[in-house]
Amino acid sequence: MMRTIRIGSGAGYSGDRIEPAVELAEKGGIQYLVFECLGERTVALAQQARMKNPELGYDPLLEERMRAVLPVCASKGIKIVTNMGAANPEGAARKTAEIARSLGLLSLKVAAVIGDDVLDACKQGDLPIMEFDGTITQLGNRLLSANAYLGAEPMAQALRGGADVVITGRASDPALFLAPMIHAFGWAMDDWNLLGQGTVAGHLLECAGQITGGYFADPGYKDIPDLARLGFPIGEVSEDGALVITKVQGSGGVVTAQTCKEQLLYEVHDPSQYIQPDVVADFSQVRVEEIAPDRVRVSGGRGSKRTGTLKVSVGYVDSFIGEGQISYAGPGALARGKLALEIVRERLRLTGVAASELRFDLIGVDSLHGAQVSAHANEPYEVRVRVTGRTENLREAIRIGNEVETLYTNGPAAGGGAWKSARDVVAVASVLLPRELASPQVRFFGGAT
Amino acid sequence: MKLREIAHSRTGDKGNTSNISVIAYHEKHYPLLLRQVTSERVKAHFAGVVEGEVVRYELPNIAALNFVMTGTLGGGVTRSLALDAHGKSLSSALLDLEIEASAGDK
Repeated sequence: MMRTIRIGSGAGYSGDRIEPAVELAEKGGIQYLVFECLGERTVALAQQARMKNPELGYDPLLEERMRAVLPVCASKGIKIVTNMGAANPEGAARKTAEIARSLGLLSLKVAAVIGDDVLDACKQGDLPIMEFDGTITQLGNRLLSANAYLGAEPMAQALRGGADVVITGRASDPALFLAPMIHAFGWAMDDWNLLGQGTVAGHLLECAGQITGGYFADPGYKDIPDLARLGFPIGEVSEDGALVITKVQGSGGVVTAQTCKEQLLYEVHDPSQYIQPDVVADFSQVRVEEIAPDRVRVSGGRGSKRTGTLKVSVGYVDSFIGEGQISYAGPGALARGKLALEIVRERLRLTGVAASELRFDLIGVDSLHGAQVSAHANEPYEVRVRVTGRTENLREAIRIGNEVETLYTNGPAAGGGAWKSARDVVAVASVLLPRELASPQVRFFGGAT
Repeated sequence: MKLREIAHSRTGDKGNTSNISVIAYHEKHYPLLLRQVTSERVKAHFAGVVEGEVVRYELPNIAALNFVMTGTLGGGVTRSLALDAHGKSLSSALLDLEIEASAGDK
């Protein structure tokens, strides 16, 4: 008989809603619950947190999420896979084991996957940066972190070792979902077509609510019921790769061919070459078919041999950004907003603020797509002036917001609600690391021995 | 008519590159998308936004196009000065594109 597993997607980003994951565990009939919580630069910010406190550096919502789902997952035997380890998977695993003990779940076994931190290997190789001219050592003391996108194999190994909870740092998002499939079905790590179709499943599920009607509604064109109670998705995967996307009955949102198609292409460039650590997946022949309400069959994912390198996410201090905002309303609001921008532009020049890049926006008019795309828009009732600039240090960044704030007493009539900020910018770039230079390992914590 | 009448769309981001899917509500409109929603038109529509090139990928099985636009996200999502650093709102702007439909297309 064909074996099938049900994998729930409990989070699409670090700050995501928590109750839908509890609903999945309680009513979803799932065997695996995956939390994707690690954004592109989050691991670099987490590395900064760990430098301040070596016990930290994992996802700040780890405790809240684990307390919410561990009791029900333990009672139903649902395995959890997550990248909430961020810059400290071992710290997160220790913390999770401690939470399990405090909940009386004494036999819960937690695994940490380590080895995504490849900073030393990257420095030794002085690898070239993909996004701009330069190498990793040229970033000097601005370099914060280098984490390789690991594949599914070490997570599958942790599951084989009996882990109830698997916690990684940087790993490819679809791999979090591929790992349970490899573990449950014993898929070979060179069965490229199965790994490609499994990657389709992982890719569709990784953003949670984005396939059940989130990031989708457009009243009158695409209406979605009950977004305040949006249900998170379930992937029903069979050992031959057959896939149905669904959700908990009675939860908010919908699963349709449309929601699945939008998510299939989300953050995809060439659909025939979606490069992952375990496989180069091919989405170009995928078919999508509604087979029942909230049940969509997705087939036709394929794959070819994985590449010889792993993508590495490099976190570095890029620059500082200063910003100021102020609002104008009523008759002439647009003209006063434009005048305000001209005044700030002139002030920044007169007072010699050292900015390498400046941006002048009117929120409500042209801030999202620029003056050319927005040219035909009608006059709004209110506008919000926004000035941002990139600087080399915090002192200069602060001066930008100050020049907006002083519009209160020095600028056009009736400006209100001024606001300012200045911050450092941790940005992310990429390098490609020869695969053999990363050596992931699995460590176990907790559990009755 | 507007593209919005026959297609839906979603934006994704990677670094300084934005991708926008354009998906026909009905398969019969896919040829219309193929003919009229070209890379050149998309690039022209996003004048002042896209600094790089626009490449179009075709997915006939799901009646969809995928546009990959380089140099679009203010130097990269993690360092952009833009209010919408991810460019998430770009898909809605693309649906404003004008489509010429003959009687047989409706």
